[in-house]
Amino acid sequence: MAAVAPGPGASAALAAARAEPVRAPLSARQRAGLGLLAVALLVYPHVFDSPYAQHILVMIFIYGLAAQGWNVLAGYCGQISLGQAVYFGIGAYCAAFPYVQWGLSPWLGMVAGVGVSVTVAILIGLPTFRLRGHYFAIATLVIGEIAYTLVANWEYVGAATGVWIPIGRESPWLTLQFHDSKLPNYYIALSFLSAATALVAWMERSKLGLYFRAIREESDAARSLGVDLTRYKLVAISISAAFTALAGAQMAQYVLIIDPETVFPLLLSILIVLMTMLGGLGTLWGPVIGASVLFPLSELTRVWFGGTGGAEDLMIYGLLIVLISVYWPGGVISLLRRLAAR
Amino acid sequence: MLEVESVTRRYGGLVANDAISFHVEAGEILGVIGPNGAGKSTLFELISGFERPDAGDVRFQGRSIVGLRPDRINRLGIVRTFQKLKPFAQMTVEENVMVGVLQHTARVRAARDEALAALEFVGLLDRRRVPAHGLSTGQRKRLELARAMSTRPRLMLLDEVTGGVDQRSIGGLIELVARLRGEGMTVVLIEHNMQVLMSLADRVLALQLGRKIAEGTPQAVRSNREVIESYLGTAYA
Repeated sequence: MAAVAPGPGASAALAAARAEPVRAPLSARQRAGLGLLAVALLVYPHVFDSPYAQHILVMIFIYGLAAQGWNVLAGYCGQISLGQAVYFGIGAYCAAFPYVQWGLSPWLGMVAGVGVSVTVAILIGLPTFRLRGHYFAIATLVIGEIAYTLVANWEYVGAATGVWIPIGRESPWLTLQFHDSKLPNYYIALSFLSAATALVAWMERSKLGLYFRAIREESDAARSLGVDLTRYKLVAISISAAFTALAGAQMAQYVLIIDPETVFPLLLSILIVLMTMLGGLGTLWGPVIGASVLFPLSELTRVWFGGTGGAEDLMIYGLLIVLISVYWPGGVISLLRRLAAR
Repeated sequence: MLEVESVTRRYGGLVANDAISFHVEAGEILGVIGPNGAGKSTLFELISGFERPDAGDVRFQGRSIVGLRPDRINRLGIVRTFQKLKPFAQMTVEENVMVGVLQHTARVRAARDEALAALEFVGLLDRRRVPAHGLSTGQRKRLELARAMSTRPRLMLLDEVTGGVDQRSIGGLIELVARLRGEGMTVVLIEHNMQVLMSLADRVLALQLGRKIAEGTPQAVRSNREVIESYLGTAYA
């Protein structure tokens, strides 16, 4: 049967419905809000010019990008991965190691990191997407731990010591190292996060977004309507890995020392999950809001408890996960929406 | 259009479908009846590719479709609905139907416009912006039909269109299926309500305990001795 012919009776109603936009355009208030946010973020580092004030935002942007990656796979497509740090670590090592070893520009390393992480994501996805629900989460958790252990024992890339990135003598724009000011890092990280968020905004309204959500809601019904589950889950995990790898690559050139303990640990995977959940799972702004709340909070716990962040962080994160899922499943964004609706 | 040739499906020691054969002609409505556990839904699972038969063959328009994935079978032109409804609960009614159209176009606007036509057909146009979890059971059945139509199928496998719906809504749903046939659709319909089948079906297939016990016109099947026994017990036969 071809497309259904409209019935004779209510065709006027159909014509009226078809005249509506597919998605309501942004309201004047939303547009003003976006503009205000953009101006505020552009001006911020000039108003708050202490390195620490800028550092906080750079980290929020980087974590926000990593969390946005997880959001595409878990929030939109419903595949809860607990090994997202794998892609972060791959991105970091691909940016740092070839630079240290062969002097390859971290920009190229970044591209390589995306390529490698997407390849690894597909290799992980092909077998694990046969698993459903909790089993997929458990599999990715285990894969994350395996990746951590592998890198921590791989002498060629520095094993547990990691990679120490020497101060670059070339142009900072080539080495992606900026020693005089945090401004370039700030604007680069802001650009990546903005681009990723814009991409997700477009995806939300596209065929891809509808397919992802259909898979999340009822995968059998999606299959019965012609959706190739494996293919679209692989697309989701590829976008997800690419975003998170880009975050990892920036982190490497920003902090200049990476080791398995900082870019591959389970704690990082959990942090990424938590940021997205706290902000609002499967929403455009959730990961960004979550990172904005949780990164400063993790800095505070570091100040309160001292040390490098071990079990205390985990205890607080664990408590947060429980509290969010019981009392606040919509995340911060649902609260903001309720306030805006008044 | 569809030829099912002695398909068998076992679950452990239970034989859910035991060498069942039948065929469906283009443009007809074939009713499938049988008490609970007769193997009706299993038959749909086998045809639509959600389960694989242990033996036998299923041919659609001349080619075997055994072993193909459900999404492939759907894109060949067979769509099935679910007895236990599976709406995309957090998505709007309109978005639910768009998912099916999107296999034919990547353009969201075109998909939306076609989805709206399907929603008008089933009488849900005014509910298009509501999340699917906000629909009543009868409305959900209509949504399931609109979603199935949206894939532009040649053959629809409808699992209990009127099941679990209040009496008042049944008539409207039956009329929808009749209108689908009017549009040239071929339908296989699982249905408990014999009254419904008498008015809708061209032919009826009766199953019991995984076996086919009768096939023919609704009148012939209704007066079939084995069918009466399976429904009412031997005393009435």
